[in-house]
Amino acid sequence: MRTPHKALGAVVVLTSAAMALAACSSSPSTKKSSGALTASAPGITATTITIGSHQPLTGPAAPGYSEIAPASNAYFQYVNAHGGIYGRKIIYKYLDDGYNPTNTSTVVHQLVLQDNVYAIFNGLGTPTHLAVVSYLNSQKVPDVFVASGCECWNQPSLYPETFGWQLDYVREGKILGRYIEQHFKGKKIGYFYQNDEFGQDGVKGLGYEIPKSQVVARETYVPTDVKIGPAVAALKAAGAQVVVSFSIPAFTALLKLNALGLNYNPTLVVSDVGSDPITLAGLLNAFAKKSGSFGSSLINGIITDGYLPSLGDTSNPWIQLFKKVHDQYDAKAPLDGNVLYGEAVAYTFVQAMFKAGKNPTRQDLINALNAGNFPQGPSVAPFAYSATDHNGMTGAYIGIIKNGVIVPQGGVLVTDDSPTGPVTAYTTPQPAPPASGIPSP
Amino acid sequence: MTLARHLAAAAAAAVVIALISVQLGSYRDYQIAEVAAYVIAVAGLTVLIGLSGQISVGNGAFMALGAYATALLQLRVPWLPAHLGGWSIVVIFLISVVVTAAGGAVVGVAAARLRGPYLAGATLLLAVAFPAAVADRYAGVFGGDQGLGVTVTTPAALGPAFPPTRWLTWLTCAAALAGLVLLANLARSRVGRSWRALRDDEVAAALSGINVARLRVLAFVVSAASAGLGGSLLAVVSSIVSPGAYTLSLSIGLLTAAVIGGLGSLLGAVWGSLLLALIPGYLSNVATSHGGRLFGLPSGATSFVPIAAYGVVLIVVMLAFPSGIQGGLRRLFGPVAPVAAGPLARLARRGRRAPAGLPASRHGLAAARHRGSGPRGDDRRGQAGEPSRRSGRRHARTRDTHQRQSEHQEEGTR
Amino acid sequence: MQEFVEFTLGGIASGMVYAAIALSLVLIWRGTRILNFAQGGLAMLTTYLASIVISRTGSYWEGFAAGLAAGLVLGAVAERTVIRPVESKGPMNAVIVTIGLLIFIEGLAGIIFGGQYRSFPPAFSIVGLRIGSFSLGISRNDVFTAGAVLAAAVILAVVFRYTPVGLRLRAAAFGPQVARLLGVRVGRVLTLGWALAGLFGALAGVLVTPSTFLYPNSMDAIFVLGFTAAVIGGLDSPVGAVVGGLILGVVLEYVGGYLGSDIVPLFGLAALVLVLMVRPSGLFSAATTRQV
Repeated sequence: MRTPHKALGAVVVLTSAAMALAACSSSPSTKKSSGALTASAPGITATTITIGSHQPLTGPAAPGYSEIAPASNAYFQYVNAHGGIYGRKIIYKYLDDGYNPTNTSTVVHQLVLQDNVYAIFNGLGTPTHLAVVSYLNSQKVPDVFVASGCECWNQPSLYPETFGWQLDYVREGKILGRYIEQHFKGKKIGYFYQNDEFGQDGVKGLGYEIPKSQVVARETYVPTDVKIGPAVAALKAAGAQVVVSFSIPAFTALLKLNALGLNYNPTLVVSDVGSDPITLAGLLNAFAKKSGSFGSSLINGIITDGYLPSLGDTSNPWIQLFKKVHDQYDAKAPLDGNVLYGEAVAYTFVQAMFKAGKNPTRQDLINALNAGNFPQGPSVAPFAYSATDHNGMTGAYIGIIKNGVIVPQGGVLVTDDSPTGPVTAYTTPQPAPPASGIPSP
Repeated sequence: MTLARHLAAAAAAAVVIALISVQLGSYRDYQIAEVAAYVIAVAGLTVLIGLSGQISVGNGAFMALGAYATALLQLRVPWLPAHLGGWSIVVIFLISVVVTAAGGAVVGVAAARLRGPYLAGATLLLAVAFPAAVADRYAGVFGGDQGLGVTVTTPAALGPAFPPTRWLTWLTCAAALAGLVLLANLARSRVGRSWRALRDDEVAAALSGINVARLRVLAFVVSAASAGLGGSLLAVVSSIVSPGAYTLSLSIGLLTAAVIGGLGSLLGAVWGSLLLALIPGYLSNVATSHGGRLFGLPSGATSFVPIAAYGVVLIVVMLAFPSGIQGGLRRLFGPVAPVAAGPLARLARRGRRAPAGLPASRHGLAAARHRGSGPRGDDRRGQAGEPSRRSGRRHARTRDTHQRQSEHQEEGTR
Repeated sequence: MQEFVEFTLGGIASGMVYAAIALSLVLIWRGTRILNFAQGGLAMLTTYLASIVISRTGSYWEGFAAGLAAGLVLGAVAERTVIRPVESKGPMNAVIVTIGLLIFIEGLAGIIFGGQYRSFPPAFSIVGLRIGSFSLGISRNDVFTAGAVLAAAVILAVVFRYTPVGLRLRAAAFGPQVARLLGVRVGRVLTLGWALAGLFGALAGVLVTPSTFLYPNSMDAIFVLGFTAAVIGGLDSPVGAVVGGLILGVVLEYVGGYLGSDIVPLFGLAALVLVLMVRPSGLFSAATTRQV
């Protein structure tokens, strides 16, 4: 082979040197470099960060859940209007999958292959997201803050790119179960739960805390069949004085209505998924008008848990921040639990992106979460994120619905997923948001 | 001869697809793979409705059966991949097809006496009951709501740099083309002719010695097997099998694709599948590209615009192309294939009567009240024996497009 | 024993809702030989309209009447605009058009009203009735539901049998050419048939929506059950529609109550197949001539 021209050789050497220098200076999280913004990864340009998601915007799963992505987008727009992430604007492209896993696969392939998103953010649904988790991990696309409480997202060796966010259902079951075990000793307990991993995991958690002898009935429902009368009748026939319900809001409301129809009035303990007071009141308001003695008393006294501050706590700075953002960017939607969820998870994402550095690669985002000690943000309990744990929140507080808001009872309780791990109090107060409402880099 | 011609056409299509898949990006490859899965399922359905005259609104359940068979075989039979490597998927496809064909036989036998809307009702409920049973009742075996995963590995022989989506495309298109060749041959064979005879006039067919029940069941078996292959392909493409993917909407979508594409026509199955797989996504992208705000609507409302638009598309296409897209194209460009000149085709054309549809119109009082069932092509089989059964309650069809329409649908299963 | 009574009465109440949908499907089938897949969607839309009227005027009955009236109008409009062009083409064409119509209506409802749940009031109290301490398992609202559908069905039967309009409806369904020759405006009569079907669909919608909540897909499941009821009873027979609805409602209530709600669709399929094995054209089908 002929020796290269001398000038060409010089160019090669100089270019490699320049590239080496550039690589050094753009290494993230070690120095606060004020270097230029580059297109450091797919989906990242000098001015934008593009992320994608799959959401049930239409179809039978849409009611309620379709509010989450617009709320996240509202918070992203707020951040964009106040300097963005290191000056980059977030473009949030969420596509409709109608809660059909085939569509989920299609839209996620489109987001990754055609829209070149940097990461998939807050993919919603367990059966839907399971369709794409292997694909995203094989393509090394960050798959952060899945909108589902399934434990399946916590497999760092198999799915290193995937992270949960919300309190998983087993932990939630344990926290609710502990409260029941303490406050309803000797009472008869009945379970009413959705016949899929949401309900089954929740009941598993309950079973770790509630003595078997107390449980007198276990009734399931499927979201496609609203005739839950027989199940409620069975709960009544077994004499359940407390009914623990791992149900979506529609079925919490139906449980209440059917119980009314049977003149049955147990104490209701409802998962956070199905206990948002505004949603429930909305579902029941036509019935409330019927008989004068009802009204918001229909949902008064429901015991539930919360992993974000209560919307009723208007002095809480997080609620004030999210209300401000909602009123400005998402005013048409009611300020309910779904909107709170959407804004909160968007806040966590912005925190993670700041931690990932000024010119992040995809791996930088993963590293930021794996590093551990991730700030809580709006969550009332710490995140479990570490290199060996991709679960999200670790705890929640117990609350009781009074006059349309959740009133916390006692402090935050944290636990783990194991059968014997204790449910302990977490006394560190929740950090307040920065005054600007945007996480600091 | 027929077989050779069909194989040649399939080979040509395969080459074209292979070239396209290399040219286009990975996402287009994925879309082609998805369309291939639908094509074979819709083709089976169009043969069932268009050729044998039976309706099924439940082929989504057969797709699910094939998909679950594929997933379970992958999960529970480890010696297949151990011995056959990446090619085990082909064996798995074959077994899934056989399993689904068996399911089709069971359904076909149960439905052998049902006609028209009653058959539609039974198959519709099958489409609803099967995913529900799988998800809720037998969750232990079938993975419940979460379903089962399916993986496909690119064969090592193609090299490490071969994009997985391209292998997906090649695999699904090859399987779909193989299925289409078989269907095309079947349609041209004695079985296909017997189906058409059965569809046109059951009594005359029985009098000619055709075993009506056996052929009806066979049609169900074939359409179920095709749907089963389609389901297996879809499972491989979306890498998951769960009840949420095989709902009633899928069965209705298959029906829509078959009719809009052109009943009885395999090329029509392709048009219909393209519409089914690509149009909703396209409309969705158009809506979101406006930044989620269309006509000043709130973002929640905008997500429903593609849905409403798709409904309008279906209505408009159906009104504009009463014989389906293939029929419309045929009318625009004229018959292209030499088969039009064949004596068999002439014979078939003359014996024409109503195109496939709800043959309930032929039985009992229900038939008597059918509006507008017109002059039946000619007198070969149409009127024989009928007046005595019908007591003269037949009515003249006022539109001759009906006749033309049946001609177009008869021109082979292209 | 109490459970049995509860299930039976509850099954009758829900069965009458299926019967209403079944009746609307039968009306359309008899008249135009079309399977109207959009029936549930139309019912959902009229329920939305009723809901708007109720929230504007504060009166349930005004909303109820508005919903029924909207059902009449929408049924007629659908027939005139979208169905008329395909009535004379192959039957599958009309089916696809109704499917397109269903998809369009669901999209339209989402656009206009949004995809979130809305609460829809019941006509009467939902508290269970009891005789002494024996709980009947149904409420005043359930009694009203069953009674309303029954009353509507009886009125329909009377109209069919004893009025000139009913005679024309039957004539146009039975023999359109002959009816035309005798001066019946067959086109108008078919529109009337669709309008009546729309009325029954709207009735089913306002009666069942309190327990399903109102959203664009709320009538999908009810449509499937109504269709099943119509097939069980025989698509040509209004009596069959009511009987089919009752049978289906009661059977599914027993299954859901004694065996669990996850097995209900399977049992629905089994019941349907059982009936069709014995009577391939439904329970009340006219005797079919035996094929030789």
